[in-house]
Amino acid sequence: MEFAELIKTPRVDNVVLHRPFYPAVEGTLCLTGHHLILSSRQDNTEELWLLHSNIDAIDKRFVGPLGTIIIKCKDFRIIQLDIPGMEECLNIASSIEALSTLDSITLMYPFFYRPMFEVIEDGWHSFLPEQEFELYSSATSDWRLSYVNKEFAVCPSYPPIVIVPKSIDDEALRKVATFRHGGRFPVLSYYHKKNGMVIMRSGQPLTGTNGRRCKEDEKLINATLRAGKRGYIIDTRSLNVAQQARAKGGGFEQEAHYPQWRRIHKSIEREGASILIHGTEGTDSTLQVTSLAQIILEPRSRTIRGFEALIEREWLQAGHPFQQRCAQSAYCSSKQKWESPVFLLFLDCVWQILRQFPCSFEFNENFLIMLFEHAYASQFGTFLGNNESERCKLKLQQKTMSLWSWVNRPSELSKVTNPLFEANSLVIWPSVAPQSLQLWEGIFLRWNRSSKYLDEAYEEMVNIIEYNKELQAKVNLLRRQLAELETKDGVQESP
Amino acid sequence: MEHIRTTKVEQVKLLDRFSTNNKSLTGTLYLTATHLLFIDSQQKETWILHHHIGSVEKLALTTSGCPLVIQCKNFRIVHFIVPRERDCHDIYNSLLQLSKQAKYEDLYAFSYNPKQNDSERLRGWQLIDLAEEYKRMGVPNSNWQLSDANREYKICETYPRELYVPRIASKPIIVGSSKFRSKGRFPVLSYYHQNKEAAICRCSQPLSGFSARCLEDEHLLQAISKANPANRYMYVVDTRPKLNAIANRAAGKGYENEDNYSNIRFQFVGIENIHVMRSSLQKLLEVNGTKGLSVNDFYSGLESSGWLRHIKAVMDAAIFLAKAIMVENASVLVHCSDGWDRTSQVCSLGSLLLDSYYRTVKGFMVLIEKDWISFGHKFSERCGHLDGDPKEVSPVFTQFLECVWHLTEQFPQDFEFNEAFLLQIHEHIHSCQFGNFLGNCQKEREELKLKEKTYSLWPFLLDDQKKYLNPLYSSSSQKFAVLEPNTASFNFKFWRNMYHQFDRTLHPRESVCNIIMNMNEQNKQLEKEIEDLESIFQAFVLRNET
Repeated sequence: MEFAELIKTPRVDNVVLHRPFYPAVEGTLCLTGHHLILSSRQDNTEELWLLHSNIDAIDKRFVGPLGTIIIKCKDFRIIQLDIPGMEECLNIASSIEALSTLDSITLMYPFFYRPMFEVIEDGWHSFLPEQEFELYSSATSDWRLSYVNKEFAVCPSYPPIVIVPKSIDDEALRKVATFRHGGRFPVLSYYHKKNGMVIMRSGQPLTGTNGRRCKEDEKLINATLRAGKRGYIIDTRSLNVAQQARAKGGGFEQEAHYPQWRRIHKSIEREGASILIHGTEGTDSTLQVTSLAQIILEPRSRTIRGFEALIEREWLQAGHPFQQRCAQSAYCSSKQKWESPVFLLFLDCVWQILRQFPCSFEFNENFLIMLFEHAYASQFGTFLGNNESERCKLKLQQKTMSLWSWVNRPSELSKVTNPLFEANSLVIWPSVAPQSLQLWEGIFLRWNRSSKYLDEAYEEMVNIIEYNKELQAKVNLLRRQLAELETKDGVQESP
Repeated sequence: MEHIRTTKVEQVKLLDRFSTNNKSLTGTLYLTATHLLFIDSQQKETWILHHHIGSVEKLALTTSGCPLVIQCKNFRIVHFIVPRERDCHDIYNSLLQLSKQAKYEDLYAFSYNPKQNDSERLRGWQLIDLAEEYKRMGVPNSNWQLSDANREYKICETYPRELYVPRIASKPIIVGSSKFRSKGRFPVLSYYHQNKEAAICRCSQPLSGFSARCLEDEHLLQAISKANPANRYMYVVDTRPKLNAIANRAAGKGYENEDNYSNIRFQFVGIENIHVMRSSLQKLLEVNGTKGLSVNDFYSGLESSGWLRHIKAVMDAAIFLAKAIMVENASVLVHCSDGWDRTSQVCSLGSLLLDSYYRTVKGFMVLIEKDWISFGHKFSERCGHLDGDPKEVSPVFTQFLECVWHLTEQFPQDFEFNEAFLLQIHEHIHSCQFGNFLGNCQKEREELKLKEKTYSLWPFLLDDQKKYLNPLYSSSSQKFAVLEPNTASFNFKFWRNMYHQFDRTLHPRESVCNIIMNMNEQNKQLEKEIEDLESIFQAFVLRNET
């Protein structure tokens, strides 16, 4: 298909653009295969470049020959275009509608985007599972890498390489996969070095109404606990929902078959136990919980690099279906049932913890906002596809650029680095009282009000911190020079 | 001390309200003449001033002991478990007595002794000089003068002695007007905007009933209009909801009839009365106190308390004032019923939007002294300093502080002071530790001889200034840089640090403000150290050259 077929009117003059915080501007509207561009041809006004994939919904109105298109974006911005001429307006509207909902992933912008920056490090190779596993293998020998899924045959939504208990062989894993929703057999999500406790995740067990069992599943789960240790199976669903799932072939673990484990459907107090967590498929709320737990427990996941690794491991590799979940957003009235802001909700949770521990994160709010934007509309291939299997078939590594290649360059990193960061090796327990939770203004009020004064205050804070570093350096230098002078002096004076 | 039967109880538990597993600290409870003190096993001390206690409740006996719940006016809530019911009962009775005094002389301020001599004490009281403040504003001038009409409190007992009025308003006009205004509170100057030559004036409601008029009052308003050379009309802002104002007419009070006054533009702004505000706060506190509160219940409770709606109403009224002066160059006369609650809120907040001086530490003290203390906001009744009518208690001043806090959130670089400053002032309107907020008007304060018998709060805050400075303050802003806050509803949010000030677990564990404050301090020290090192360096170089 040619984009040209979808663009009946590629260009309209005298279009007026209304957008938040800018005065209305008149200019020429151009549609390309991936962008909506409004250029005023004046030096002092910014052009608008909007990715079609960022468009969530459009409304059109007519007053006489003047048409108006209201564009609602997935980043929650709303802009308005006043277009002279009814036909032009209708053409533009139908083009936008078609171009913003392309069926084929390979037609999307990341496949056409040619980066204008120098790639220092190829993000597609930044977070290899083998490297991630090395971080654990020094602390424990109870776990191994398994390549059982290398052809994506055992579990289509899992990556080719997963971490499993050493005592369980690939043959057993294959059997367990048939007992778990989507083939998602229990795998290691996180190993807590301080006490050797682990977080595992999986899909729901397919017990059905007649209480089907799987010996290998029981063996696997029981193998992860030493004698006398307790574990919790956290089912993210309510008991009611979990019970209803049995009718559809799903279900939950019978505690009798997993003697060291207790199954619960709510949160627990701090206690130092291992965890297996799943909901239905184990691709949504399960990942929110495992990744947030790591933010709380693991200092590394609060660094920029570590957080990227976490997104890579617990969201992309773990098979969160980004393509489906982020296909549309809040404004779209015709969204499919698989659309859901699961990832945004996770980022909001991280932001809440960041607010409560403003010095314990290497990144700032901008980093989270950037990830939100790219999950919904991006020039990079990172968030395309629903799982590793799809990404392989799409050859994303060869045909698109990784978001991490762009972010992990000094010029970008400086924008998302938290100037207050001081490495904190502790577990950070956030408050979840309603009084402690706040509206994420950076996302939800971003286009409703100017953040000028807040931005200026942030700048001032950065200045104070920078100045402090400068003064420290200067004092150190002076002290050193003085010490040198003194020793020299001493040498001269001594006979 | 006759109220204290038990001075010390051991093995008392202090419950953590917000922990899910009933965490508690065990320690010893002490009762002194002024404070309730709890020292836990880690030797951490919790001091509760008797005057801060709003209510004490003894709950039904449990297996672990007798629960005692104390709610404080600074929103601290403590939940003790006293092992023996007998002890609990004694403490309960003592606190009931100690927290409700009948006489001013029994309040803490009259016994508080910070070891200052009389001249230090007096200097403290002279720190804030309102005569100086009017001079700073630019009065007296060719249009405004100091009136001696109330020098002996003869016209209005609840006004200060020194009042500024239009130069062309003669004494008979003032006297006549005062007779036509509730409690004699006739229109006087609250703030003068030197650049615009426009004024914010304040008064109480007119005794207009359904048709009464007063020529002197009409003259006085005209005189206020004329004192503004730039604009012929002036606004009269009635801060009450229209319905309330209409209802007042039946009692012979009411509001100005536009037909009787030349060149006024009359406007209601709809701030609710003290009773509505009191019950609104009550509802808010009930929500906050709920154990295991869900997010839904918190937000629906916050919404139905109406609290933030009231905050917004006050803010909108203040913005109306600021706009009238900045955009239309018009003077404004503000009143409510008696002109000491809503009027104080709106006049002070309006001035703060207009004049950056009031956004400094010292200026904010001046603003409170002027629009609240001197103009007779009834602090003792509103804060319930004495055992009195509970219907007179209302969080009017708390709302003012909350409006200011909301402004500091929107304009993080425009205030010299930080949130801790607002919280500390709030602490002391209830503490009765200093004389400033005792009594209900200046006349009463003079009769109590507060300047001889008690201390002023302000010098103590200034001595501690470092704690209260906003590290991001940018003092470069112009004197008349007006703040234009956004009052779309999403800007109003729950002030956790006020209403949960003492519930540490609800707060961020790392405070950006404190870190930046410390860094600012450190930067000053480093600058000095660099200076010292450089001069040593220079000395070295010079010595080696010679």
